[in-house]
Parts: sequence; structure tokens; C-alpha cells
Amino acid sequence: MIRLLWGVAVALLASVCHAQTPDDGTWTMAARNFEGHRFSGLDQVTPGNVAQLKVAFTFDTGVPKGQESITLVADNTMFIVGPFPNVLFALDLTKPGAPLKWKFDPKPDASSQGVACCDLVNRGAAYADGRVFFNTLDNQTLAVDAKTGAELWRAKLGDIKLGESMTMAPLVVKNKVLVGNSGGEFGVRGWLAALDAATGKVLWRAYSTGPDKDVLIGPNFKPYYASDRGADLGVKTWPPDAWKIGGGTVWGWLTYDPVLDLLYYGTANPGPWNPEQRPGDNKWTSGIFARKPDTGEAVWFYQFSPHDLHDYDGVNENVLVDTPIAGANRKVLLHPDRNGYMYVIDRATGQVLSANPFVHVTTSSGVDLSTGALRYNPQKDPRAGETVRSICPASPGAKDWQPSAWSPRTKLLYVPHQNLCQDTVTGTASYIAGTPYVGLEQKIYAGPGGHRGLFTAWDPVAGKKAWQVEEHFPVWSGALATAGDLVFYGTMDGWFKALDARSGKLLWRFKTDSGIIGQPMSYRGPDGRQYIAVMAGVGGWAGAVVSGSMDTRDATGASGFANAMRDLQAATKAGSKLYVFALPEGTR
Amino acid sequence: MMRRLLAAACMAALASGAAAGELPATLRVCADPDNLPYSHANGSGFENRIAQLVADDLKLPLEYEWLPDRRGFVRKTLGARLCDVIMGVPAGFERAMTTRPYYRSSYVVVDHAGGAPIASFDDPRLARMRLGVQLIGNDLAASPPGQALARHGQTDNVRGFAVPGEEPAAARIVHAIESGELDGAIVWGPQAGFFAAHSRVPLRVHAIAAPAGPGSQPFAYDIAMGVRRGDRELQAALDGVIERRQADIARILADYAVPQVAGAAR
Repeated sequence: MIRLLWGVAVALLASVCHAQTPDDGTWTMAARNFEGHRFSGLDQVTPGNVAQLKVAFTFDTGVPKGQESITLVADNTMFIVGPFPNVLFALDLTKPGAPLKWKFDPKPDASSQGVACCDLVNRGAAYADGRVFFNTLDNQTLAVDAKTGAELWRAKLGDIKLGESMTMAPLVVKNKVLVGNSGGEFGVRGWLAALDAATGKVLWRAYSTGPDKDVLIGPNFKPYYASDRGADLGVKTWPPDAWKIGGGTVWGWLTYDPVLDLLYYGTANPGPWNPEQRPGDNKWTSGIFARKPDTGEAVWFYQFSPHDLHDYDGVNENVLVDTPIAGANRKVLLHPDRNGYMYVIDRATGQVLSANPFVHVTTSSGVDLSTGALRYNPQKDPRAGETVRSICPASPGAKDWQPSAWSPRTKLLYVPHQNLCQDTVTGTASYIAGTPYVGLEQKIYAGPGGHRGLFTAWDPVAGKKAWQVEEHFPVWSGALATAGDLVFYGTMDGWFKALDARSGKLLWRFKTDSGIIGQPMSYRGPDGRQYIAVMAGVGGWAGAVVSGSMDTRDATGASGFANAMRDLQAATKAGSKLYVFALPEGTR
Repeated sequence: MMRRLLAAACMAALASGAAAGELPATLRVCADPDNLPYSHANGSGFENRIAQLVADDLKLPLEYEWLPDRRGFVRKTLGARLCDVIMGVPAGFERAMTTRPYYRSSYVVVDHAGGAPIASFDDPRLARMRLGVQLIGNDLAASPPGQALARHGQTDNVRGFAVPGEEPAAARIVHAIESGELDGAIVWGPQAGFFAAHSRVPLRVHAIAAPAGPGSQPFAYDIAMGVRRGDRELQAALDGVIERRQADIARILADYAVPQVAGAAR
């Protein structure tokens, strides 16, 4: 009893020290807050009782494809959007077993399945002011009434015929729904658009390539590094017209700093040219933009991988934290990039404060902090007609889409990621019947140590990992941190795990019936209890060998990823189930 | 692991329509319903005609499994056992087992008729022409001519045409030459021949040699038919037809203005 009181006192002290707002129990956007923390302030589940977690209820989306989505909770209702055909479900949390309240079928165009790069995933919806906003694979953003499931509006933003698709989770900022496109490998031109939350009308659209007027670069654009200064670099850093199909899609995560009033997001790799055919830095691909949400105007930009050679998209999350760096308190963003470096960037200016490798890297030797330039290793440049071995990280990067979590209590960033290298080899290929070429095929395999997955707790102040867990398969799920000092993630062979946030010790695990690549979240139910939810359904780029029934004898399937995932088919099967866990009633 | 894979392969073979050592009762061809000059749902492509010739020769009824030829085409057709043959894959294609080649073609120059044709990368006119090339494959792949032009330091006067669009990239390129947006292009032969022949203005199709040098990609490719790995009976039957009917196949290709290059391993 005394211990319990002491625990409460520590928790109270902690909440005062960290100035945390009390958790209202909801989860209304993919990362729970604008800063991208994926942190739940709920603390009923602790290292001491997590071993007692049990399944409270389950729900099946009925589509056994990759489940990368996240469940949202607001108004005692749970919302989830599934993979293509992107049906939106609402579950009533006030009733036992959370029965279906309504479902909404957006009826997307079936032909969009042919343009999706990596399975038919959707990465979640956003809830604001009684509305649910989500994207469909065929380039529509929809708003649905959260109470009734009635359609309020839909906006068509892209063209399947041009290779465009949409998979990302929107972010709602200042009554604007922010959405971006996917499809860089098809010669799509990337963009981020802001839609009026009330009507779906496009308020502004910022392209990632082309002239400044299209990129929304104006007098207030103040990039930190000289290499990003100059007129129309989105045209001049490409061969003529190449920027029109230049990639730089916006399919990752958005974060927002309400105090600085800045929006942050990454742009994907340049496409689809062989690097030799697109000399130049290829602005504004594989980098990060800071923009004003009202106008879309760019405030700063930094390019993680200028003239990208390895498919290193820059779309990974930018987690906003205020933390002491070199003795001074700084407003920074943390960005674990595909290229293998953990960037700590001053989020007001775009200055890179540090960029330390968080995996084995052979494609570059570091980042020059005075110029911001990535120091490429020319020996690892992919060249048509030649074999290049030990390219680390591989094309999926040191970390792909799977989002990290930040705990303001432990001051650690929890990063789910992979440990993969690749060889590029040439072989006769044909993309469209009868159009032969000598293709550069990637063969992906485990990096040093032979384990393909890692879950890393990163200390940005020390600039190094605090602890790390090795996993057999890539860790393709998102992470969740809680005020109970636990972190949760799932594995591709179907284990949902709870670790001690401070030590990384495994405290609990549960075997679901399919590999987990979803985003775990936590909410408070109408009964006052803390619940933890995650989708189980293997797929995505890493798991397509299961969800897409790919022939693993074809080493180049899924752009070489099938080669690295041959044993996944034996370890799990496709699935489409939501699992929701809670402690038995009365546990404290 | 190997044993498990072999077992899976045997199971798969047993599960397929034809018992081992037998031909299927129907020639089931996997094809794109809208990808002229190769195939069309109305049967007007040259691969449709060659498939019909094969079916007639083998005295089998011909059926199609139609699917747009995009990412996952092989997996969703041949791999899903919805059909047994893909026409027009490059010899040695990794995603299928290939027959002997039934024709060989090359990337060719398409430009306006007049003057001496451009037949080599040493021709100084190439550097002054606005040229179109196809962009194919994944992020790092390019058409061999695009690659060759880049190696020659030519990127500023070259425009790439990506795969997605209202019609094949080769068709869009030829239209751009018709309209004067481009001076010429280096396009895969069968498409170049077909779209140039249907052009509103007189266009010329001419062979060009791939530049020599390390890492240089060949311009000419043997084209074969693809079957599932292990479908040796079907492969042998198709090889027989290709051998017997070479002259008929060449005539069909000529009807579609497919530039044929000697040297295929017959």
C-alpha cells in the first residue's frame, strides 16, 4: 500500500517535471500528438502487471493483406481503415465486445491495385471535430461523419493512370487536412496538399520538384545550408523536364510544432531514372521540408540524400522534442533516415546538430555538419551492367515506414527497424511485355550478425543507443511508448511484445495469428480501463511474400525483398485481425 | 530448407491442371488486354496471332487470361496458374522458364525521313537532337539507349517517358516526334516499327549499334515464350512449334513492321 502511494507520488512528480497534460484516453491521429510521439499518458499497465495482459476483444477487417493501419479512439468509438478496398469501420466501445457501429465503403477503383508498389496498405485515418478523414488507394481523400458513417465529402487528388496512389495517414492541422501521394517508382511527381476540413477543397498544393512557384518557395524560404539556396533548384538540379517525373512523393509521416507554427515532412526518393540519367542533386527529393500550414510556403529544407542512388526515401517520421544538446536546451526533431543516420536537426532553422549511424552503413562515411552533405562511398554506387556487393543499408533502408515512439519520461526514441544489406546484380528483365533491358536487380539479405530486425532505444542527448533488441525478421510494426514505462511492438512472425522502456527487458508477449506490421496504440475505455490495440496481418513490402503469395524462388521479387524473406511463409500466414488487450478487471 | 522447397514444388506440380508428362488440354495464354502491338483483347496484336498459330499447330483450343501488364503480372497470372504461357519475354527471363527464342529485335532510332540515317553513337547529330527514350523497370533500371546516352554525357537533350500513361510510352514518344516536340527517339524495335508505321507523318526506323565499352548494355535481345518453372512438356511443345513454324512467325512479325535482327540462337 505504501509502495503504491509512493508509486503515485513518483508518477505525480514525473508528470509535474515533464509538464505532461493528463491523458484524456483518446487517440485521434496516427502518432497521437502533433509532435509524433506515439506516447500514451496512461499508466495502469506497468512492468509489474503487464504479464497479466489478456485479449479483451478482436475484430476482423476481412481483407488478408498487409495491415499497417492504426486504430483511432474518440467519443467512445474505435475507427479503423483497412487495406484496399479501404473500408472504414467504427466499433462501439460502450458495449461488450465492441460490436460494429457502422462501416463505410468508399468503393475505390479496382485498377489502383496495379499501381500500388508494396502490397495494398493504408496507414490509418485522422479524427477531428466529429469527423474521420482517410485516403483511398485510388487517390481520394474522404471525410465521414464519425457518429453516423455518412459521407461528408470526397476529393479526387491524383490519377491512377499516371501511377499515383495514396497510402498515408492524413494529419489535421488548423482545420486543414494534409495529405500526400505515393508512386515514386512510376514516375510520379510528389506533392503535399492541404484540404479544407469542412469542404475538401484544395487550399494549396506544394510539389516536391519543379519551379519555386510550384514548390511554394518564396521570400520566407531560409534553408540553413548554401546547397539549398538559389532560384528554381527543383528544375536546375535535374536534366530538362526530368523533374516532371522526378518522384519526391509524400507518403510518410507529418508532424507539426504549434509554437513555431511549422509543419514537417519528408520527401521520397527521386524516380524512376537510373542515377546516371539524372545528374544533379535532384531537389527536393529525399529530404525534409518545414512549411507554414496556412499557406504551404516553405521555410526551410534539408536534403538527407542528394542525388539518391539507393532508393533512400526521406519520408520517415520527424519526432519533435525539446532536449538538451551540448548543454543548451534545443527545439529539435529526431529523424531516423533510410540512409542509416539518426539526424538531430534544429527544427527552427534546419541545422543538422548531429547525424550518427544507427546501423551498419557502407554507402556513405558520414555527414559533414558544416555543409550538411552526405559523404557517399563511390565504391557502392549502383552501376548498370556491374555487380556491386555489400550495399548497406539495403533499399528498404536502415528503417522504412515503421514509426518510432518517444517517451518524455525516459527521453528515449524507440525505433523499430531492420538490419539489411544488398547486392545489385544485372539480369535480363522485362517490365512491360516485350520491352527488354538489362535490369539492376537487388538481392537483399541480413546485415552483420544475421538478424534482420532491430528494436533500438536511442538516446539523442548521448547520440547513441541506450539498448537494443535483435529480431529474426525485420521489425516492420510501429512502436508505442506508455507512461507505465513500457514499450510495445510486433514481429513479422506474429509476436506482440511489451518491453521495459528503461532496460529493454522482455516482460510479456502474445502470439497473434499473423505477422504484425501495424501501429500499436493505447486508449482508456468507457469503463476507465487502459487498453492496448494492434492490427495483425502480415504484408507490406517486407511481408508481400506471404500476403501476395510471392514465389520466393524468384530472388528478385518485391524488388529483391523476397530473397530476404524466404522463411517468412513458414513462420506465419496472412491475416486481418485487430487485437485489443487489457488487464483482467480489478488489476492494479 | 531445400527439401521443403522441393516438396513444395512437387506438391505444386501435382496440383496443376495437367499431370506430369502431359500437355494441357487448352493453350492458356497470359496477356495484356490493351498493349499493342503485342496483344489486345480484340485479338489484333502480333502476339495474339502467334499464339493462335501455336494453338493451331498443337491442335489445342486457345484461351486468354487478361491482365494489364504491370507489377505482379507474372505472379498474378502464370504464378497463380490462371494461364500457362506468357508470350514475348526476353530469353533468360528470371521469372519464368523460357523457350528457345522465336525472334530477335533491337532498340532502333525513329526520326523524320530525310538525309543519312543515324546509325552510330559517334554521329555528331545525336548531341543536337531532342531525343525520347523509354523509362522502364524499377527505380534503377533504364532502357539501354537511355543508359548509353547518359554514358555519352547526353542527359540535357534526352527526355524520358515513364511507363504509366494513357498509352504505351513508345506511342507517346512517336506522337511527340510527329508533333515536333522531339527530333527523334531510340525505342524498342517492335513498338517503334508499329507506331512509326501508323504515324501521320513519314517516319524512319533505323538500326543503331550499341556503343562498346564497360558496363554497356546490349540493344538487341532474343525474345522467347515463358512457362512456369518445371513445365518441361509445354516448353518442349512450344520449342517444337517455334522450330517448325519459324517462317510463319517471321511473316507475322513482318506484317507488324517488327525490326528483326539476325543472330538469335535458333
